Amino acid sequence: MIHFDYIRVSTTKAAVDAIVKDSKAQWIAGGTNLVDLMKKGVMAPDKLVDINNLALKEIKKQSSSLLIGALALNGPVADNELVRKEQPLLSLALQAGASAQLRNMATVGGNMMQRTRCPYFYNPDMPCNKREPGTGCGALKGFNRMHAIFTDSEKCIAVHPSDMSIALVALDATVLVSGPKGDRRIPFQNFHRLPGDMPQKDNTLERGELIVAVDIPDNKFSKNVHYLKVRDRTSYAFALVSVAAALDMQGSTIKDVRLAMGGVAHKPWRLPEAENFLKGKTASEAVFRQAAELSMKGAKGYGYNNFKLRLAPTSIVEALKAASGKK
Amino acid sequence: MAQKKSFNDQQDDKHYSEGRRNFLKQSSLLTALAITPPYLLKAAESELDEKAAGYFEKMPLSIEINGVNHKLSIEPRTTLLDLMREQLALTGTKKGCDHGQCGACTVHVDGNRVLSCLTLAVMVEGKKITTVEGLADGDQLHPMQEAFIKHDGFQCGYCTPGQIMSAIGCIREGHANSDDEIREYMSGNICRCGAYPNIVKAIADVKKGGQKL
Repeated sequence: MIHFDYIRVSTTKAAVDAIVKDSKAQWIAGGTNLVDLMKKGVMAPDKLVDINNLALKEIKKQSSSLLIGALALNGPVADNELVRKEQPLLSLALQAGASAQLRNMATVGGNMMQRTRCPYFYNPDMPCNKREPGTGCGALKGFNRMHAIFTDSEKCIAVHPSDMSIALVALDATVLVSGPKGDRRIPFQNFHRLPGDMPQKDNTLERGELIVAVDIPDNKFSKNVHYLKVRDRTSYAFALVSVAAALDMQGSTIKDVRLAMGGVAHKPWRLPEAENFLKGKTASEAVFRQAAELSMKGAKGYGYNNFKLRLAPTSIVEALKAASGKK
Repeated sequence: MAQKKSFNDQQDDKHYSEGRRNFLKQSSLLTALAITPPYLLKAAESELDEKAAGYFEKMPLSIEINGVNHKLSIEPRTTLLDLMREQLALTGTKKGCDHGQCGACTVHVDGNRVLSCLTLAVMVEGKKITTVEGLADGDQLHPMQEAFIKHDGFQCGYCTPGQIMSAIGCIREGHANSDDEIREYMSGNICRCGAYPNIVKAIADVKKGGQKL
């Protein structure tokens, strides 16, 4: 690892100031992704600003939402009684990610900031428009088994690796940020972005904007939820495809539904067409199958990942079956 | 090699005045010097200047490892794993992948299992670290160590310190209620010998014993 300076800050303002005045400085929280990227030479900040002393660990019930501090740790959030009771989908998604040790280190804010695990991004000897804009996408005609089937640009077909974020986009969460120009609330759907002409930008944060919390509005998804993660081994692997499904059922009628997929796009991939189709319908495998087919509009394989074109809709059906109890 | 050498240069001589480890390091270094072309030695010399500059960038660090307080001066880029193994001669914690993928380096920070290879040592200032060396009480092994022996929970033993530290965390976190749950919550510890069935038995046994860990 290259040399870097290290400082600790204890207020949000000091954290923001430290990043604004030093263009090569970077925040560090859990470090589970950043330290790895620095060892690989993919990222090389001149200075690390340690934000772990900021008072952003609290999980608290608001009048109509659940507020989770950006520095709350993934493992403890997944096990938290309030989270399990109010937002079980989030708990399931967190449990599906990484390993117990990593979940004890990784923060909620850091989880959504993690970089893609695309092997071309991870290897500085390979072309990658995300790591080094203009060098091309090695995955497009390369080994792209893990890669996206939905994208707005072939400059980058990497996928966002977070499980937690798939649940948060399904739950209509809001990201609270604090920056040099003040505070701002970003709908989770708008937090991550598609690659477009700037695959180097994973999200819509401005320089100096720090995530302080995630706010999840109250909902009726406390019972019929499922997070299905399909991967190369049963545990501790990134998703080939994952599906977050939440249903509000009245008998066998679907009153409300949320669906999102991981492992298929540069951002957590919400499925609005399928949701609209399912609302008011009677739950059945045939209906789930139709919803899944609707979700695949615009999907495209790049060779090694062609299997996802079948795996994704099948996974949607399985997740909906599990969530609705129609196993 | 370059990285290894820079760590050696930071080391406190007293830890390395004896032992096979030291002999091997010195002898391989001498062999390397003997076969190194002169222009490379020149490059190595200029690297020494960088190290001298690096000396002034060190940070003070005070941590407690296995009940012993350490006041140190370290480079910010030093991981907790490298600090313990290379500078404090605590080699019980193993370096497997060094990228957070295998669990061999698992230790407890303030009682919670974490990966020491992805932990910058400066970030655990003031914290209490427990490694596999800190589990036994004199000659009395920790219940989890006893259980690993009783159930033959290892073959080559390289992943074992990480497995044991993780296993204690698994029970403390309340996720050792069934074999399936143990497997899921121990998935961050890879064993290439495939001792998994006996590791699960050892953990289930300690859990059944109900002792506070």
